[in-house]
Amino acid sequence: MTTEIAASAPARAAAGAALAIEAHDLVKTYPKEVRALDGLSFAVPAGTVFALLGPNGAGKSTAVKILTTLAQADSGTARVAGLDVRAKPARVRHLIGVVAQLSGADPAATGRENVMLSGRIQGLRGRDLARRTDELLGRFGLADAAGRRVRAYSGGMRRRLDAAMGLVNRPEVLFLDEPTAGLDPESRSAMWEEIGRLAAAEGLTILLTTHYLEEADHLASRLAIVDRGRVVVTGTPDELKGELRGDAVHLELASDTARDHALAALARVPGVRETRVEGTSLSTRADEGATALPAVLAALEGAGVTVRAATVARPSLDDVYLRYSGRRFTEADQSAITPATSGGPK
Amino acid sequence: MTTIVAHTTWMTGRQLRAVARQPAYLVIMLIQPVIWLFLFGSLFRKVVELPGFGTASYLDYLVPGVVIMSALSASMWSGMTVLEEIDRGIMDRFLVLPLHRSAIINASAVMQSLIIAVQSIIIVLLGWVGGAHYPGGIAGLVVLIVTSVLVAIVFSAFSNTVGMLARQRETIIGINSFLLLPLTFLSTAFMAATLMPHWMRVVANCNPLNWALEAGRSAMSANPDWARVAVQGGGLAVLAIAVTALSVLMFRAYQKSV
Repeated sequence: MTTEIAASAPARAAAGAALAIEAHDLVKTYPKEVRALDGLSFAVPAGTVFALLGPNGAGKSTAVKILTTLAQADSGTARVAGLDVRAKPARVRHLIGVVAQLSGADPAATGRENVMLSGRIQGLRGRDLARRTDELLGRFGLADAAGRRVRAYSGGMRRRLDAAMGLVNRPEVLFLDEPTAGLDPESRSAMWEEIGRLAAAEGLTILLTTHYLEEADHLASRLAIVDRGRVVVTGTPDELKGELRGDAVHLELASDTARDHALAALARVPGVRETRVEGTSLSTRADEGATALPAVLAALEGAGVTVRAATVARPSLDDVYLRYSGRRFTEADQSAITPATSGGPK
Repeated sequence: MTTIVAHTTWMTGRQLRAVARQPAYLVIMLIQPVIWLFLFGSLFRKVVELPGFGTASYLDYLVPGVVIMSALSASMWSGMTVLEEIDRGIMDRFLVLPLHRSAIINASAVMQSLIIAVQSIIIVLLGWVGGAHYPGGIAGLVVLIVTSVLVAIVFSAFSNTVGMLARQRETIIGINSFLLLPLTFLSTAFMAATLMPHWMRVVANCNPLNWALEAGRSAMSANPDWARVAVQGGGLAVLAIAVTALSVLMFRAYQKSV
């Protein structure tokens, strides 16, 4: 599915180079001196999936609240679907869909009633409303549960209902704030699949926030790493990982007696560095691991060193985060002071 | 304008459906006034014999008292719903939709008004079944029901304001338990003003619950003093507008705090 998005995104970007979201220098301070956003800027081309990646408390949810007209920035500007969110909030609300971190579905109402109410407020009427409601409930696997009250829904069902409510108006821009937080792995991969399908089929722009590295890697064609209310770096997941200059290349040697031959052979291969051998395990770094591998194998064969197995590993987003923020992602996530900084005041 | 009406209707419908699906709530809402009517009716039956009480049947006197007290005790919990919707993210979900902002506040007031009007009519009918007389006829009963609705608007808006301001249930519970009995007994709900100590009469004159009772009882009597009904009913209406305005301000403050 990643390839699906990757393949279709450039085509769409070329068709319409317009920006679906522009955030410029957003600042937002909550009472008690919590500076949630500290000059956040990023841009999302129309028709792409863009992730704001960062630990809890980085300011992702605050950014979504401002872009979806729920909160106002202290300073800075933001445009969604070409409209200024501060000047035209009512029009922006017609063009967006929002799946917030908290469900937002009325537990006393049925799934169908929740979707229909959102649709009515968005201006759908009569048969169009009924058709769209059924279509969405069906697509998110809620057709059988549509008449049941949301109170009886599981966490995964609620999340899917939230997505159905957010899509009822066929939005141009869909905001997903931590769409899979708290879901079990099975529901998560189902949600990923659905997000990927949405991006491919409906051509809508998706902004998702996540603190799961693999989620951003998996879903987003571009991402911005957010730390302490600012974007520290933007790019495609591969670009960001590529900037670390080097994939890890791991080789398993046939015997542990060829250490010196192997080191000498690899020293002559251009672009390969930091070679280490421990026992039969050889690891090295190369700018483009996949490209360097044939040369590495040839050099070793020339030196009479037999290779049993080879793997090339791309650096992870965790490595990228470490490089730009100076701390490991999981540390930042755990040290985040909740709840004051996690999503504004509760 | 039509948008406001449509949006208010949908939002009110949503809340009414939620109430209708809680049979326990409906049963309690019906049983409680019955208990008040027959409990106080039996307990205080003889007070009408006191010189100066001014009425022959205590049940006649009691019906407006129970109507207004029930309006107060049912509407003062409205802020709990608002709080729950904020905590669950339901409020924010509506705020990112192109929903007319005032529809959210309107829906709360309209729903309270409808529920309290129905509750008041039921109490009046129960009283009638029990033998109460309404010499003021339909006009008097309409005034009583309207004032009970105004009481509900005042106290639900007040409760919503407290809910959005304090953002915790305990505050609403505390304020409500503190207010319910003093407001009820510092009024003519169960005891004629002529039999109250002087200071209590002075306090009662400042009690909006008492304005509702005086207006309702006067309109329900054989010879209504319409000027007095207008002044007290009008005062209550002005208060309802003022507290509603306060709740709107608090709602704006909430939107700013998100």
